[in-house]
Amino acid sequence: MACFLVPAAEAVVTTVIEKVLDSSNRPAKATKLPANSAATGTADSTADLSEAHGATAAVADASTNTGGMRNKIARKLRWLNIMLWGGSALLCLEHIWHGEVVPFPPFLTAMPDPVARAEMLHEMATAGVLMAVLITAAWGGMVAISTMIEKRNPAVSREAGE
Amino acid sequence: MTLLITLFAAIITTIIWYTRAGARELKIGTLGLMFWGASIMWTVDAIFGFAEEGADFFVPTSGKILNDAFLGFSVVALGLLIWTVIMVAKDPKGIIRSIR
Repeated sequence: MACFLVPAAEAVVTTVIEKVLDSSNRPAKATKLPANSAATGTADSTADLSEAHGATAAVADASTNTGGMRNKIARKLRWLNIMLWGGSALLCLEHIWHGEVVPFPPFLTAMPDPVARAEMLHEMATAGVLMAVLITAAWGGMVAISTMIEKRNPAVSREAGE
Repeated sequence: MTLLITLFAAIITTIIWYTRAGARELKIGTLGLMFWGASIMWTVDAIFGFAEEGADFFVPTSGKILNDAFLGFSVVALGLLIWTVIMVAKDPKGIIRSIR
């Protein structure tokens, strides 16, 4: 009746997680040096600059591993998102086909009738949850296999995308 | 029938993804994942259908077969449509960007 709403809700959560991981992954914009620092050209400012560059490089080195890991997680989370969103969209068509979903409020035809609503919620709690669990389990299997392949041959780690 | 058609679409898409580098460039993996997601969902639907109807689940009427087949092909068409929109939006070969 509306079982696809459970995987769709999971998709919302996983998409937010993916976006957060993705945004924290993006390199920070280089901070502009004050115009007068280049103009002075003293030994002190040169030392300050090289120190600053060293610090930046150290921070970059330290964050490379974390960033790489986040990047990998975000990339693999995208597989789950596509399965959840894609599956939900295609199942939504089926529900429209069968007249269970309509393009006007309350959108779900079972909503006005208490008996039908209870049946719908039961279906969401059983079939819907099982759908979400099975898709997540399938994704877990995909991640396990790809991690195993990447460990054996690190060169394929970028190839494993779409 | 809808499950079967979607499952065949998922398998065919996966085979194309595995064998053709050009198709991988066009993000056919996205299409495959969509079909796999829908196939898993309909498998759950089928399990619940079987639990309710028993062996009758495997003996659908010809009208139901036809309706489900029609739905299955519509689902495949919708999947292809979504993939086409994603492909054009992402423009992996830079065709759209070269036109502008």
